[in-house]
Parts: sequence; C-alpha cells; structure tokens
Amino acid sequence: MNAENIVKPKVTTPRVIVKDLNFYYGKAQALNNINLDIADKKVTAFIGPSGCGKSTLLRTFNRMYELYPKQKATGSIMLDGNNILDKNQDLNKLRAKVGMVFQKPTPFPMSIHDNIAFGVKLYQNLNKNDMAERVEWALKKAALWDEVKDKLTQSGMGLSGGQQQRLCIARAIAVKPEILLLDEPTSALDPISTAHIEKLIDELKEDFTIVIVTHNMQQAARVSDYTAYMYLGDLMEFGETSTVFTNPLRKETEDYITGRFG
Amino acid sequence: MLNLYTRRRFTNALGLTVSVLAMAFGLFWLCWILWTLLDHGLPALTSDVFTKMTPPPGSSGGLWNAIFGSLMMTVGGTLLGTPIGILAGTYLAEFGERGWLAPVTRFINDILLSAPSIVIGLFVYEVYVVHVKHFSGWAGTLALAIIVIPIVIRTTENMLRLVPSTLREAAAALGAPQWKIINFVTLRAARAGIITGVMLAIARISGETAPLLFTSLNNQFWSSDMDQPMANLPVVIFQFAMSPYEDWQSLAWAGALLITFSVLTLNILARVLFRQNASSH
Repeated sequence: MNAENIVKPKVTTPRVIVKDLNFYYGKAQALNNINLDIADKKVTAFIGPSGCGKSTLLRTFNRMYELYPKQKATGSIMLDGNNILDKNQDLNKLRAKVGMVFQKPTPFPMSIHDNIAFGVKLYQNLNKNDMAERVEWALKKAALWDEVKDKLTQSGMGLSGGQQQRLCIARAIAVKPEILLLDEPTSALDPISTAHIEKLIDELKEDFTIVIVTHNMQQAARVSDYTAYMYLGDLMEFGETSTVFTNPLRKETEDYITGRFG
Repeated sequence: MLNLYTRRRFTNALGLTVSVLAMAFGLFWLCWILWTLLDHGLPALTSDVFTKMTPPPGSSGGLWNAIFGSLMMTVGGTLLGTPIGILAGTYLAEFGERGWLAPVTRFINDILLSAPSIVIGLFVYEVYVVHVKHFSGWAGTLALAIIVIPIVIRTTENMLRLVPSTLREAAAALGAPQWKIINFVTLRAARAGIITGVMLAIARISGETAPLLFTSLNNQFWSSDMDQPMANLPVVIFQFAMSPYEDWQSLAWAGALLITFSVLTLNILARVLFRQNASSH
C-alpha cells in the first residue's frame, strides 16, 4: 500500500500527531508509515480486521510495548510538543497523562477503594479524606458509584464483568489523565454493560481525548467523531466518522464497513 | 457400526477398571502405613510424650526435647529459606526474560531441588560443622533451609507465571514502576500459591532425617541452645526404632505418628487455602 493514497486528515485541533510511525515485533513489521492526527476532546476509533495493527498503534501512545524487549517503534508521536517516542521521555509521566483500559477487565487483587487509590498514590500524596473524595469522583465519572458505594472495602475481583470494566475506567481516570486509550473495552461484556460503557464514553469526551479500538463497527459509528480504518499495518482511510461510514473514499473501506470483507 | 461401538465401550470399561485397580493398589499401601502407624503409635501417645525428655534405655520418658528441637529447626529453616526462595523466584519470573543469569539459576535450582537430602547434610557438615567442631541446632537449621530454598523458588516462579500479563500491563499503564507492580499487584495475586509452596516445603523438611544426622545430631537432654547438638524427631525415631528396647521402640512409633499427622495437616491446610483462593478469582 502506498502512503500517498492516504487522505490527509482534516483535524482542526489535533492533540496527538503521529508522523511516519513504523512498528516492529522483532523483525516483522506491524505498522507501515502511519500518519494521523488525534483530535482534542473527541473520540477517535480505530477499526479494521484482526491483525491489522489497530491495537499495536494504540499501544504506542503510552509505549506499552516497552514491557517487551523485542518490540520497537520508529517515527514520531507528538504530544504537547514532545515526541513521546523519544528515549528521554519519562514513561511514568507519559502514562500519568495517557491512561489505558484493556480488553479484559483487570481489577487488581485488592479492595475497590485501593484499586482506584493505587494509581493516584503514584503521583499524589493525598490525605485520607481527599483520597476518599477522589475515589468517589472517579467512581461517579465511571457510573459505578451507586453500585459500589457501600462495599468499597470489598475485593474488586468480586464485581461482575461489566462493573469490573467500569472499575478499570474509574481507575484510569482517577489519575486525571488527558488522553484515554480504550483497547476493545466492551468485547468481553454483555450488551447491557456495553451500552453503559458507550454512554460513558460519550460523557467522558467532555474532559478527555479518547482513542478507542473496536471490532464492532456499529460501536465505532455510535461513539466516535473520527474513524481510522486500518488493514495489514496500513492506515487505509481516516476522516470524520459520518463521512467514513456513509461516503468512504476507498472501495476497501466500504467493503469492510458493509461487512463484505473482514 | 454396532461392532465399533461395542468395542469402544469395552475399551472404556477396561481402561476404567485398570485405573481403579491402580488407584486401589496405591491407596492400599497408604492405608496400611497409616493403620500400622495408628496401631503402634496411638497406644504410645501418652501425655508423657509431650512433657518428659527422651529416656535412657529401660526407663520411661517422652519426646518433648525432640518435639521442641524439631519445631525450632523447622521454623528456623523456614524463616531462613523462605525469603531467599521468594526473592529468587520473583527474580526468575519477573526479570528472567533477558540475559543468561535466569536460565542458569533455574537449571541449578532444578538440580538442587532433586539433590538427595543426605548430600545437603554432608555439605553442611563439611562447610560448617567441621569448622566449629561440634554439631548444633544452627547447622540443622542451615541444612533444612537449603532444602526449603529450591522448593520455594520453584513454586514462587510458577505461581507468578500464572498471573496474567494483562494485570502487569494494567499496572504499568498507570505508570507504576516495576517494583510497585511486583509488590502490590503480581505478588498479591500469587499470594495463595506462594503460601501453599511454603507450607509444602515445611511439610517436606519436618520429616527429613538425613540432613540432621550430620548437623544437629541428637541430644538426650533438654536444650534450647541452638549452638548445641539438638534433639529432633526424625533422628530420635531412627535411633529408637533400631534399638532393642521396647520403651524406645514405642516412643519411636509415637514420634512417627506425630510427624505423619503434622505433615498431613499441613498438606490439607495448603490445599484448602489454595482452593479457597482459586475460587475467589
């Protein structure tokens, strides 16, 4: 695929600017020359068939790949004037700014309160009252407060799948990041929990810049403002969600979103 | 068709019968051992056992000094070996991705895990007992600790590897440094399994005789001085059971019964603990 074909995104207020990004798992290249802007306080969705590189792209935004010695990225990802791929980028500071929620709910083996306090304590020294306030704030933001307010000392592992995922969202936003990465956040959940979380995404975009990876095209259409369609490590098409879904510029995109392919 | 089905049913029945017989064969010996132990041990298990010292031949006595010595050395060996084992196991599981140190350590640990305990006894005798020129409780503790270490290393590593990597990623995504991820997330998630490993290690060392023969030896009298030879159940059983005196022989049975049931209790506790935690995940 050649990069010239990709339509230059028309994002008016970009928060993250991806330039010439390549990514490698060992010797295998997983992302080819990605150029993309992520709009501030909007929802950007990455869609595409399995193995197209959408999760890989998402995981470069907080350098999650650093946990694995054989993975590396080249190019640049500019966030507030800093290249976050730079060797000197402080990973902990980056991750304080860029939160992430994963496909499977990942509550820590501790109480609901401590799950949320864990991240906050890494950056701030709050006294007991302030911490309780922060936990309440995060749980309310994640629309979980009413369900758990009487059992904050119980283990987070005892919640249902949908509640666990909202706990993870609360944990991520409790740190007060500016960007929130959601890696297929509803793929392990039932339709009701999914609806909860989609509604939540809509509310959260007032405060956060959100990037979501999803397998579910209807979900992308429902929650996102911008959509990027990826295929085999290439960014095939990027634009406003309404345009991409109703009037895609490429035949491949149309085939995918209409279900003829993928 | 019918023929094939009949044959399959027959094979199934045959397989089941053979497995049940094999299980019965194994259980038969276990029950016989337990029965013999109870038969000989229970009558000898009087209150004297827990209050009096090991007697000279021909007079009555108990096992209190041996029970106390065994407790001291088992607790000492566990306290000494467990932290080393947990730390090394954590290193292997959490930092062992790159480099040569972890694979080499793992290999050597496997050798240590299967080393005959008498070799460990001889080793401690050579490097410690010979130098201080007397047997002691400390030497016994050291030998038992060396047996504990590889068991705890192995279970700690295995249990930490069972913790899903998504949990580590989730903690890392919050910006937690690796030591916090390990301390507050992965070790906590693996806690029940690691404790189970420690309990199994305790069960293992509480019955070890060979490493104590060369290190703590035995002591006929009460002694709580770890720098002196120390009585302990396995060596007392060894000496008393081989003796021609009936008093001694029945005390040996009482001791054997005590060890067996404490090991059994520990094993059951370990299982219950592990199962309880496994179901809560």
